[in-house]
Amino acid sequence: MGMTMSEKILAKASGNASVKAGEIVWVKVDIALMHDLLGPWLVDGGFRRLGGKLFDSEKVVVVSDHCTPPATVQQADILKFTRDWARNHDLPYYYEFEGPCHQVIVEHGHVRPGRLILGTDSHTCMAGGLGAFATGIGSTEMIGVLLTGETWLKVPETIKVVWDGKLPEGVYAKDIVLNTIKELGHAGATYQTIEFSGSAIKELSMDERLVLSNMAVEAGAKTGLIEPDETVVEYLRSKGVTDDIELFASDEDAVYSRLLHFDASKLEPQVACPHEVDNVHPVSVVEGKSVDQVYLGSCTNGRINDLRIAAEILKGRKIAKNVRCLVVPASQHVWMQANKEGILTILAEAGCIVNMPSCGACGGFTSGVIGAGEVVMSSSNRNFRGRMGSSEGEVYLASPATVVATAIEGKIADPRKYLKREVMH
Amino acid sequence: MSFIIRGRVWKYGDNINTDIISPGQYMSYPVEKQAEHAMEAIDAEFAKKVQPGDLIVAGNNFGSGSSRETAQMVLKYHQIGAIVANSFARIFYRNSINVGLPVVEMLDTSVIDEGDEIEINLFEGKIINHTKGEEYNGTKLPEHLIEMVKVGGLEPYLAKKLGIS
Repeated sequence: MGMTMSEKILAKASGNASVKAGEIVWVKVDIALMHDLLGPWLVDGGFRRLGGKLFDSEKVVVVSDHCTPPATVQQADILKFTRDWARNHDLPYYYEFEGPCHQVIVEHGHVRPGRLILGTDSHTCMAGGLGAFATGIGSTEMIGVLLTGETWLKVPETIKVVWDGKLPEGVYAKDIVLNTIKELGHAGATYQTIEFSGSAIKELSMDERLVLSNMAVEAGAKTGLIEPDETVVEYLRSKGVTDDIELFASDEDAVYSRLLHFDASKLEPQVACPHEVDNVHPVSVVEGKSVDQVYLGSCTNGRINDLRIAAEILKGRKIAKNVRCLVVPASQHVWMQANKEGILTILAEAGCIVNMPSCGACGGFTSGVIGAGEVVMSSSNRNFRGRMGSSEGEVYLASPATVVATAIEGKIADPRKYLKREVMH
Repeated sequence: MSFIIRGRVWKYGDNINTDIISPGQYMSYPVEKQAEHAMEAIDAEFAKKVQPGDLIVAGNNFGSGSSRETAQMVLKYHQIGAIVANSFARIFYRNSINVGLPVVEMLDTSVIDEGDEIEINLFEGKIINHTKGEEYNGTKLPEHLIEMVKVGGLEPYLAKKLGIS
């Protein structure tokens, strides 16, 4: 019987010729990822009590992104602790002020097809967009990984989500993933892998594929995988990766727990409404709802492709007077590229505020949290009650295009009317 | 960790996510400060009135969202004895076992009400409702985790495995 991509990666990581969904295996970890807020300052005590020796400092990546730049003394203390910890353990890979960890590890070549990546953040699954098996773990579990380089995993079943057809203008990967989560439900993929495939997925750029894998956890999934192909190879080469890159796919006779089929050509812009990510409706249902803040950014949708779409729509236009529009590029690389292309100027001239790359207000940490009664339209990944600040606030989620169309009107808006030309994506 | 846990129930619905249990805006503060805000988005009374040994009973998908172990930290700070839910989000379930916070799945928790006195046998997966005089089946702990739970979580388990006392 054939294997799924998940089974193949976990077979390799556990030293077996083959494994099957449901088996519990001990696996060797290729990359252990920590960020400032759920990293060294939480793991250090237990880590030191158990000997305090890293299994392999080359395989430990630490990214300070949640407390950057620090808005409080507590955040500054955590940031300092993280920086000192990385230095004291001679970590070759420590990043700060570079952007959210999931984007940073992709851009710096830590993510490769077939690798097993565990991180102390639920959106670690984003790395699955390049064909890595990547999932979130807690800080205590990370202690064990740091010491031994191993942990146990249950080999997950896989839900195959097929999107065929061509996406209409103004409809993007974010709309695909929101619609998928609506169908699956926010716990519909719990304990399982979501494998995205089909002609619409194959057409997506690296930037767009990462939107799908990033949000797999919003359906409860352990990870979200996309078959790695030439798009992944070209992307990694552009980031300076020169090693051999092994491509692989699920076998044709692999066993799936469920198969879902969608027609991309019929998809409309989607909006996730408060306070759950599966509370998804076509934009027409919520059009006209007033918003106070617009947030364009995050590891979900703050990449160069997203900023280009935003600039395309906002060029020569102004955002509504009663709205502030915060732009948070997903990394320093993205910021510089956007600057080079003149995108930051276009956004600023439209009335947007461009912040530095960080987790920012997406998780309610810094730079743009909301107060009671305020409404945000955001391109990020989670709209739980209290997620971006006050528990009396409301968060709507949508694609960058829908988000900036909303900024223009000060009300939730359909982006398609602002797209005269074909947008590259 | 004790295998028989008895306490009074705080009852909640579906999708009690980690932003509700441990709001992001307080995560950089010491645990006692974070714990003051636990559950406040849906229940302002919880942090004020919860007593050591109380239990949480909830619906589907408890602990969805983030991998933040601050969720377990604040519940342990309040000395929650165990959580019973129809289902748990994956990372939350795993983290709870790793830090020695008992979690039990039960098919239909709607039969248990706020304030009920219940008793859980972790290894047998049995739940006795002393208030209602009823007994329910929960899921047993997965076998490969029993040893870890017996010693009190992943850290003591690793200490034993690595020969550190």
